[in-house]
This record gives sequence, structure tokens and C-alpha cells, in this order.
Amino acid sequence: MASLAARTSLPGARRGKLLATMKIHEYQAKEILAKYGVAVPRGVVASTQEGAAAAARALFAAGAAGVAVKAQIHAGGRGKGGGVKIARTLAEAEAHAQKILGMQLVTYQTGPEGQTVRRLLLEETAAIDRELYLGIVLDRATGRLVFMASRAGGMEIEEVAAITPEAIYKEAIDPVLGLGSWQARKLAFALGLAPEQIAPAVSFFQALYRAFLETDASLIEINPFITTRDGRLLALDAKMNFDDNALFRHPEIKALRDPDEEDPLEVEASRYALNYIRLDGSIGCMVNGAGLAMATMDILQHAGGKPANFLDVGGGANQEQIEHAFEILRRDRNVRALFINIFGGILRVDRLAAGVVAAACKLAVTLPIVLRLEGTNVEEGRKILADSGLNFLVGATMQEAAELAVAAARAGA
Amino acid sequence: MAVLVSKQTRLLVQGITGKEGSFHARGCAEYGTNVVGGVTPGKGGSLHEGWPVFNTVAEAVKRTSANATMIFVPPPFAADAIFEAEDAGIALIVCITEGIPTLDMVKVWAKIKDSKTSRLIGPNCPGVISPGKAKIGIMPGRIHKEGPVGIVSRSGTLTYEAVHQLTQLGIGQSTAIGIGGDPIIGTTHIDALRLLNEDPETEAIVMIGEIGGTHEEAAAAYVKDHVRKPVIGFIAGQTAPPGRRMGHAGAIISGGQGTAADKMRAMEEAGIRVAVSPAEIGAAVAHALGRFKKPFSPPCALPPVFGVRQ
Repeated sequence: MASLAARTSLPGARRGKLLATMKIHEYQAKEILAKYGVAVPRGVVASTQEGAAAAARALFAAGAAGVAVKAQIHAGGRGKGGGVKIARTLAEAEAHAQKILGMQLVTYQTGPEGQTVRRLLLEETAAIDRELYLGIVLDRATGRLVFMASRAGGMEIEEVAAITPEAIYKEAIDPVLGLGSWQARKLAFALGLAPEQIAPAVSFFQALYRAFLETDASLIEINPFITTRDGRLLALDAKMNFDDNALFRHPEIKALRDPDEEDPLEVEASRYALNYIRLDGSIGCMVNGAGLAMATMDILQHAGGKPANFLDVGGGANQEQIEHAFEILRRDRNVRALFINIFGGILRVDRLAAGVVAAACKLAVTLPIVLRLEGTNVEEGRKILADSGLNFLVGATMQEAAELAVAAARAGA
Repeated sequence: MAVLVSKQTRLLVQGITGKEGSFHARGCAEYGTNVVGGVTPGKGGSLHEGWPVFNTVAEAVKRTSANATMIFVPPPFAADAIFEAEDAGIALIVCITEGIPTLDMVKVWAKIKDSKTSRLIGPNCPGVISPGKAKIGIMPGRIHKEGPVGIVSRSGTLTYEAVHQLTQLGIGQSTAIGIGGDPIIGTTHIDALRLLNEDPETEAIVMIGEIGGTHEEAAAAYVKDHVRKPVIGFIAGQTAPPGRRMGHAGAIISGGQGTAADKMRAMEEAGIRVAVSPAEIGAAVAHALGRFKKPFSPPCALPPVFGVRQ
């Protein structure tokens, strides 16, 4: 279930961007939320068939009418992909677990190769009365958090948001005052909850907000947020993302990072403080600064090539960072040529060039390297490259260098 | 005249005794900025490279009459440093620090948006420079040249790129404002455009944006309604995949919002000349200023732009 927050076309929420930050699994989100007093179904995590069977047995023994077997991967759309099944008996639960655990689950968020299911969450099913939606995100336009609620919970929520944006109720939260009881009440009444459900809903919503604040979340979504036939409120699903920049003050959340869900090269790059995102092209890019790195991808594409990655080595790229970047880029098997686009500002071009030469020699890089270095002391820098004896191609302008890189990648394909 | 920073600037550096703060305090002073002192709690009363160090911003302002501050305080403490500067009534707060938690900035914004005394630039930005006069920030002063073009940008090195192209073409800059790449920033494209639009020395404006958020769209609407100077635009991230954060915390396309295509369309509709390639920013400005005899032709197919206001 992808984010309504990201898709809704309401003026405020539409600007409420996800900050694409650290993700965790549903079971982990529920454990965190439960600590803040958010009601979640009884559930057990399992990573083996035996564990899954034991969990299902325990849930049935405790009186569960059914057990939901849910694949734990970070991507949304698990239900449609066949990663969530309901079992009425222990045998059924075991059969579902057998099928889901270890499968390559393909959803619209995983890409065609899918994601291996390594864990299951087995949960007591609930007698659902209504399926609703709750979410908290940052609204960038106002610089405030927004609490969103909708009557249209469940799988089709994104479409509902696109077609009938007025079906989403929103309350902007004053950071000093927090989510007022009156705001939570407004949302609860807007959702059409029964009179006796209003007070529990206010507590539920405020608990969610508290969890968001105290964990430095960047997104919380409860979809669906359900009412049960016996009148209870439950977070049937839960999604939490966290602000990378705030992880320093939440070691317990940082520990929840699951490297199995991330690209191994991206995991390694993050260890060297490199901003690296793997793409599917053939030209490995190394750039200083995020804006210039994006612009470099753009100019390569305009020149008829495809970038293999986004890589920002930082504003003041030094030799060590450049070495790490070379290490990452050459391990991407799709890369046929390297394009280094560095603007030497504070750090002068001659020193940068020396760093590139030293790193390329040390690591014996064999891929063709196209450089475009600009900035202070550029002539001295170009001389260092020319005198290095290495096979560097130097573009006089960004445009020319991009064309050289595209040609080099084609030749190497 | 330029905007924000000038010879009248009296600059304080918060975090002056740190490595970065110290290095860039020196850089600003060498460029001609009047650096009057620094703040490092616990080191008050000492001298750092000849500058007086104070324990609090309030004390520093009292003693030095500083009217601007440049913040190099590490991310966990940077929001606090902004609050302290605002409380001391410093008119211009430039926060260079990258990596401030978003919820800290939510609180900062709640305070700074209604501030009667202070404007915040950044965080996660290179700062502001008025070439030939003064700079507050980490940009390389020597690539700049005094002149008529104002620049506002979310990105650091891409700003240097644009500045360099202009300088190579013999076109100088009035003020270059790096507004920062975070989701919550103190001064947005609109605010910077307004300042540059009202500056008599600025004859043309370059606006460099990137994917994520909708500030560029809002700024384009402002240009359409209020700006009669030529505006040249570029958006980085035209080929960025959705859902991934491209280095800057704010640079992300999510749910089909914040795409480069949307922003470029909004800018073109507002009469802004949009450079499709980052290599063409300088040439587009030259053309807008009438410095090129032959018509400007972008390297890639670009829909014709009508209604450009001169």
C-alpha cells in the first residue's frame, strides 16, 4: 500500500513530501506504536516454517478466529502481490507460510525482480466493521506536520485520493501546541465514528502524533485503521519512515535498518558518507554536490547516454572520497565508462586532479575515465591529468565531456 | 547595491573555533567581509585568529554590533544556534550546517516565519555573496565577478557552475543567494526573487531549482505577476527516478509531485527562459541581456517560449 500522503492531490497534503528516509518493517512499526499506546492486533514474527507454525498455533490457542500471514518486506502492494493471506485453521496458516516465506514477492514498488520474503508477521484477524485511513506527514509548503484522516481506507485509497481529494480530512499541527484534542475530535467526528469511539480515537490519534515526534519519524501511515464489530479501534497495518538526519539521537531505531532490503552498493556507499543511488545506465558518475550531480545525470541523458548512478562525493571532494567512489562505481557491472564532473571551488582543480590520478593509479582503474574539471587552477589540473600517463579523456565543457562519456560507454558496451 | 550582504555587513560566526567555522571565517574576511567576531559557548573572552570569541550571541551583538551571522554549529545543535541568533535580533542568519533534523526545523520555522527582526537563509546552503563587496558563506569568491545578474539556487556547486559560466562570458553578478536543499528553509525562491526584483542593480535573475516540493512553481507564479526583469531558469533532476532522495533531503519526487517537468512547465508559462541543459545557463543569460547578437538556440528541443518580458 503506497502512500496516500504522497499521492493525494489535496493542496496541503500534495505538498507534504515523503522524505524518502529510513524504512522499517510493519512488525517493527507496530512494536514501536504499541509502546506509545496505539492499539495493534496481537501478532508474532517468524523467520522459519517452524516458527510460523508455532506462532499460528499460539494465536489460535489464544482464541483467534483467524490468522493473517503477512510477508514482511519494505515495499508496498504486498496484498496484491500475494504476500498477505488469511488462514482459518492451523493447517491453512502453515500452508500460507510455506508459500510466502522465501518467495520473491513482486509488487509495483519492488520492480520486476521482486524482493525475497525473509520474515512473516502472523496476526490475529479482527472482525472488521469499517476500514479507514490515518497518516502524518510534513507539509513542506507550510513547514508543519499534517494529520490526515479518511473514511476510504484499504487498498484503493490512492485512487480515492486522486479522484475525490475532499474525502481526506486534514489538521495542520502547531509544533508548539501539538495535536490538540479539539483537532483529534474534529477528525474523529469527520470519520463518522460512534459517540463512544470519539474519546478512544482522540487518544489513538494523539498517541500516533507522540510516536511521530518522539521517534523523529518522517511518515506514519495506518492503512487501514479499522473499527471492529465490537467497537474497538485498531491499526491493522502500519508504516513508519524516519528522518535520516535525526537517527543520531535514536540508536534503537537506527538498529532496525534492514540491509537485506537495500541495494548492497548503496549500503556500502553510505558507510563512506557518499550519497549514492544506483540506477540502470552504463555511465558511472562521480560529481561534487547534489545539484550538480543531478544536472550531470540530466546532461548525460540529453547527450544520448544513461547514467548508472547518482553520486555526490561532497562539496570538497578529497582523494579518499574519490577512492571510495571509484570502488563503488567499478563494482557496478553495468558501468562501461566513468564520468567525473567536479567543480573545484574552495578545493582547487589541480589538487582534485592529483587526487583523481592517485586514486585511479592506486586502484588500477581500467574503465575509460572522462573528466570535466572546472574552477580555480584548471590549467594546472589539466596538465596533471595529461602528464599522468593514464588514459583520461578531458572535456573542455560539460556538454563536450558528456558526449565523450556517452561515446566511451558505447565503445565499451 | 546588491541585496542581503554588503560592505555594511558586520558578520559574526557561530562555531568560529571549529575547523569549518574557522576556515570559512577566514575565507569571508579575505574576500572583504567585515568579520567582527565569533561565538563558541565556553570559549568566551578568548581570541581566535585575532577575532573576539563570545559565550552567547546576545553578548557578541552587544559588543560588536553584528548584523549578520554565519552558523557552522553541528547538526544536533544547529537549530538551537538559529534560535539564539533570532533572539539576539540579528537581521541576517545564514545557516550553512547540513543534516539538521526536520522536526528541529519545523520548530525553527514556527519561530522564524513571524520574526520581526531576522531572516534565515538555509540551512544546508552555501550562503550569500555580493561579488566585489562581501560574502557570507562557503562559496569560492574568486569565480565571481561584480555585475548585474542576481542568482537564487537550492544547490551549491550548481550555483558555482552558473556563476562560472557567467563570469567566463564577462557577465558579473549582483548577489548570488544559495537558499539550501532541505525540505524546510528560511528563505524560499519567492523571497529571494522578491529581493532581487526590487534591487535596482539587478538586471536579470537566474533561478536554479531542483526536483521536490512546489516552491519553484510558487516562485514562477510570482514571476508572472510581479517580475519585469528577464528571468532564466534551470531545474536539476530532470532524469531523476521517483521516490529516491537525490542527495539533498528536499530533492525527491514522490507520488508524481515535484517533478522537473512540472516545474519547467510552470516556469515557461510564467515567461521564464528555461535552459534544458545546465551547460546553457550562461548563454541563456547572455541572450536575455542582449549580449549575444545571434539568437539563443538551446542544444536540445525546447518548446518556444512566448511572452518573455524584457
